[in-house]
Amino acid sequence: MIWDNFRIALQAIRANKLRSLLTTLGIIIGVAAVIAVVSIVQGLNHVIAVQLEGVGATYIRVQWRDDPNDPDLAGREVTLTYEDGLAIAERATAIEHFSPIFFRGERVHFRDRQHATTLLGVGSAHQEVNNHWVERGRFFSQLDLDRRARVCIVGLDIVDELELGDDALGSQLIVGNSSFTVVGIMEEMGEIFGQSRDDLILIPVTTARDLYGRDAFNRLILDFQARTAEQVELARDQIIEVLRARHQIPEGKRDDFRVVLQEEILETSGSILGTVTSVVAGVVGVALLVGGIGIMNIMLVSVTERTREIGVRKAVGARRTDILIQFLIEAVTLSLLGGVVGVVAGWGLGVLGARAIPGFPPAHVPLWAVAIGFGFAALVGVFFGTYPAAKASALDPIEALRYE
Amino acid sequence: MLISIRDLCKIYRMGEVEVRALDGVDLEVEAGEYLAIMGPSGSGKSTLMNLIGCLDTPTSGSYLLNDQPVSGLEDFELARIRNREVGFVFQTFNLLTRATALANVELPLIYARVPAARRHQLARDALEEVGLGDRIKHKPNELSGGQRQRVALARALVNRPSILLADEPTGNLDSRTSGEMMVLFNELNAAGNTIVLVTHEEDIAAHARRVVRLLDGRVVSDRSVASKEPQT
Repeated sequence: MIWDNFRIALQAIRANKLRSLLTTLGIIIGVAAVIAVVSIVQGLNHVIAVQLEGVGATYIRVQWRDDPNDPDLAGREVTLTYEDGLAIAERATAIEHFSPIFFRGERVHFRDRQHATTLLGVGSAHQEVNNHWVERGRFFSQLDLDRRARVCIVGLDIVDELELGDDALGSQLIVGNSSFTVVGIMEEMGEIFGQSRDDLILIPVTTARDLYGRDAFNRLILDFQARTAEQVELARDQIIEVLRARHQIPEGKRDDFRVVLQEEILETSGSILGTVTSVVAGVVGVALLVGGIGIMNIMLVSVTERTREIGVRKAVGARRTDILIQFLIEAVTLSLLGGVVGVVAGWGLGVLGARAIPGFPPAHVPLWAVAIGFGFAALVGVFFGTYPAAKASALDPIEALRYE
Repeated sequence: MLISIRDLCKIYRMGEVEVRALDGVDLEVEAGEYLAIMGPSGSGKSTLMNLIGCLDTPTSGSYLLNDQPVSGLEDFELARIRNREVGFVFQTFNLLTRATALANVELPLIYARVPAARRHQLARDALEEVGLGDRIKHKPNELSGGQRQRVALARALVNRPSILLADEPTGNLDSRTSGEMMVLFNELNAAGNTIVLVTHEEDIAAHARRVVRLLDGRVVSDRSVASKEPQT
């Protein structure tokens, strides 16, 4: 019975191809918009998640926190120093590795070439903490840090820009005003949002402090790695305890620093993308509403056009519910077909859109987005198809048969 | 008694004016009868036919079909009677234009919830009975008027109804095709089908064994015609 109705519906839709297409345009646009936006947003989300998973669940970042409106911080010099990090690494038992990050823009020279890049002053455990490793050569040793050695490790972009060639290791670079020996080349990180992540030069954090002065080192970022994923929370508590003691923060006052766990970063990026998604959902809701009214309109026309058919069906034994179901299925079929076209169009738009924006990650269409697209299309069909179908089922058989 | 009608009235209200389409009709029809209802237009013959076919409900009076009272039945019960007990043939055929002959004949079987395979078989048999076994895949616009009316006839018969109701079945057919159609009706009656025919043509009514004449919503004559052999 349902299958027969479905066949009748397809027949009716086929008989009015152009009209059916125009009718479902609202649904098509609505569903296509959902799929396109969700696919692009999910592509972004996917990339961010992959990036953060690369760092690992044991990653912990500590940042300074300064807020002129916070009375707890009033009159206080907010600092976060290398010594803070060393103290945490020494006393917090749940911490495995520690590496500070000092960063600034810097110009690097090699022979007659020069390149503006990002300089990072890091600790000896930078590789482990950030899961970013030396590809060739070696990383900094504790000795390099103790001696404040003039050694550097470069990213692949520096090798290219300065044309270091195959003899990159051992080359002498001028960083700022000082000469540095290249001891290693970092592995490739690739791009994120069109930004190369291989355009960087690493030097020991202690050397950086020599170069740029202690004043520039009052506010560092401190990266840690907990021993295990289970100990991340414990590590955070220990960090807070050590830092509050060192910064002499009285009981009841707020921290002058922030501890960020990897999963919190994921949550933050997720919530931003979630906001984007819900705004789009609103727009799409309007499109589907318009599409639904289109369906209702055309179904009313269809009921009028087929008044005689309804009369015939009633004369040979169709009950009211049979007619109701027939036209309801026709409306749902119409909007589902719109949903199919919309999903395909939205998918294509998402893929093309992600490609058109330089450096954008590839689109990623999750199954739930497709399901939501179809679900809404079907819902619109049922909702806006009910009134015309009810109208059809209530027709008087004799008047319907007489209808010209 | 197949049909038992007592004092049946149907009153339409057109603004202020009351129209008594049927004004106290009594009629009894036994199974196997071949009845023609005649009368000028406006005499109430179509209204009577719609009431017999359960397409319409009377204003007053009683109607027993197979000894079951029909008045006061719900929509789904009336639909069931139209589906199982009554087969309609209309002047304008009333076939579904987009559907094939086979699909048209299958229509009552769909609403009788007959499974698809059995449905095809029954519909094909019915089309063969009316001599259209080789036209089952044709759509109505690919068939002649007479062929269309045969499809409609097959559709009316496919559920083996108690009554075949024909409303001016030859009204849209030429005289030769009309003759063929009446032969078919005679054969169906000879095979035991009850036929109620509405017509205003005397020569069509002449095929029936009993003629009921209506005027202004009342039966003015009801006479049996001598039994005669079906024309061949």
